[in-house]
Amino acid sequence: MHGETPREWQRYTRSERLARFALYFGIVFACVVSLRTVEIIPEFLYDAPEQVLDLLHRMWPVEWAYYPEGVHDALFETLHIATLGTLLALVMALPLGILAANNLTRSRTLNYLAKLMLVSSRSVNSLVWALLFVAIFGPGALAGTLAIAFRSIGFVGKLFSEALEEARPGPVEALRSAGAPPLSIFLKAYWPQVEPAFWGIALFRWDISVRESAVLGLVGAGGIGMAIDSAMNLFQWERVALMLAVIFAVVVIAEVVVTAIRKRLI
Amino acid sequence: MTAPVTRPPAFVPNWTVRIAWCVLLIYSIYAASLLEITWERFLAGLDHGARFIGRMLPPDTSASKLELLAKGLYESLEIAVIASALGIVLSLPIGLLAARNLMPGWITWPMRMFIALCRSFHQVIIAIVFVKAVGFGALAGILSLTVASIGFVAKLFAEAIEEISLKQVEAVRSTGAPFMSVILYGVLPQVLTRFVGFATYQVDSNLRNSTMVGIVGAGGIGGTMFAAFQRFDYDFLLTILLSIIAVIMVSEMLQNRIKKLFQ
Repeated sequence: MHGETPREWQRYTRSERLARFALYFGIVFACVVSLRTVEIIPEFLYDAPEQVLDLLHRMWPVEWAYYPEGVHDALFETLHIATLGTLLALVMALPLGILAANNLTRSRTLNYLAKLMLVSSRSVNSLVWALLFVAIFGPGALAGTLAIAFRSIGFVGKLFSEALEEARPGPVEALRSAGAPPLSIFLKAYWPQVEPAFWGIALFRWDISVRESAVLGLVGAGGIGMAIDSAMNLFQWERVALMLAVIFAVVVIAEVVVTAIRKRLI
Repeated sequence: MTAPVTRPPAFVPNWTVRIAWCVLLIYSIYAASLLEITWERFLAGLDHGARFIGRMLPPDTSASKLELLAKGLYESLEIAVIASALGIVLSLPIGLLAARNLMPGWITWPMRMFIALCRSFHQVIIAIVFVKAVGFGALAGILSLTVASIGFVAKLFAEAIEEISLKQVEAVRSTGAPFMSVILYGVLPQVLTRFVGFATYQVDSNLRNSTMVGIVGAGGIGGTMFAAFQRFDYDFLLTILLSIIAVIMVSEMLQNRIKKLFQ
């Protein structure tokens, strides 16, 4: 007898196992509690198939003839909102991204401030931004453009600052030792390294903005959402169907365009 | 006499890029001109903004409003939890069926079409359709966020499966294992960590969007928020906005904790 127990190999420590168990338990618990307390009216569920059939029936035939009259302008307004909003966000995210990158801006406070602004931009949904700008500038495309811009700043700025932080210091040191001023260092050492990433982020965000700008109109911020809202309030479902089809087409085209440009960029 | 040394310039001007910048600039000016921004409108906007902020402060914290807020937030959480669970569970088989390296074309095609359809509409637009189909309330929100979850998780899951190494699949298959075992022991171990990553991202996104679908009547705090906005109840609006932001930040902190646990 040596009094020594053979050591047993275990994958996780006891506290790790406990934490994992707590997590699994928490997930199941949350699901069960939500399912038990959520307010679902069963009567609504029973006649759902009937309602869906009714909806499809009202949507058919799609009123294609309405496109030139009521959809075309709204659609292009949506595209302008998405594009201009994204461009505005790029312009504003560039300095914020530089301030948030800790290899370019050597001040902890400035990094922190810039990051705080980026986080607050991201944690407010674009619909909420739209509500705020509608209250300030009144209903219309201006509110939508600003909503898209302010929502996108956080997204673009965060990814851009991460790209900057990954830039190799070699070219920067070379230019600095040659006595280049800061602007030249940024333009000729950092920018060429992050440019593909920057345009990639911009395209990615534009794709998301096109989707989002289609709904901003529901709160009065211009674009095709406003047309959907008014058609829905009048129960003109054949027009709603037309608009949904148009949005679907635009989203698919936007994705194809983005993929094509990205292939050429990278 | 030494021959003059000619070197190519270090930074060659790139005319295509310059022209692209000009086009972008001209487009911006054109699109901005469509917005009808005038100086008066800007000044009026500043005025409105000041009054708006003045009416927002201080946030409304009366007991009846807080009760309304708690009820709405709780419903949003319920919507997010159920929709995430449903969407993630459904994404597993759908993603598997859409992977082109495992399944024949006649299955992957319709599945990929279905995923594309789920992805192409914004959650709020899907919610509009579901509100008509199943009535106002949380169910419409749950269904629309489930559809959105499938669109995101199943797409990325299918792409992750298409990138796996087929050697392990081949090895498991050559032992004569049935189809389910091939999936369980050949495919899933290679993609499960990425699947968990997509799933946690989607939980976060569902949490954010569950506070919004209420705008079209699909349950949650969004309905309360939009009502407060339309009634010019701006001090209550501020309370709601601040609590939504707080919930999202807490969930982000929790997520970071959980990520550390699994590293």
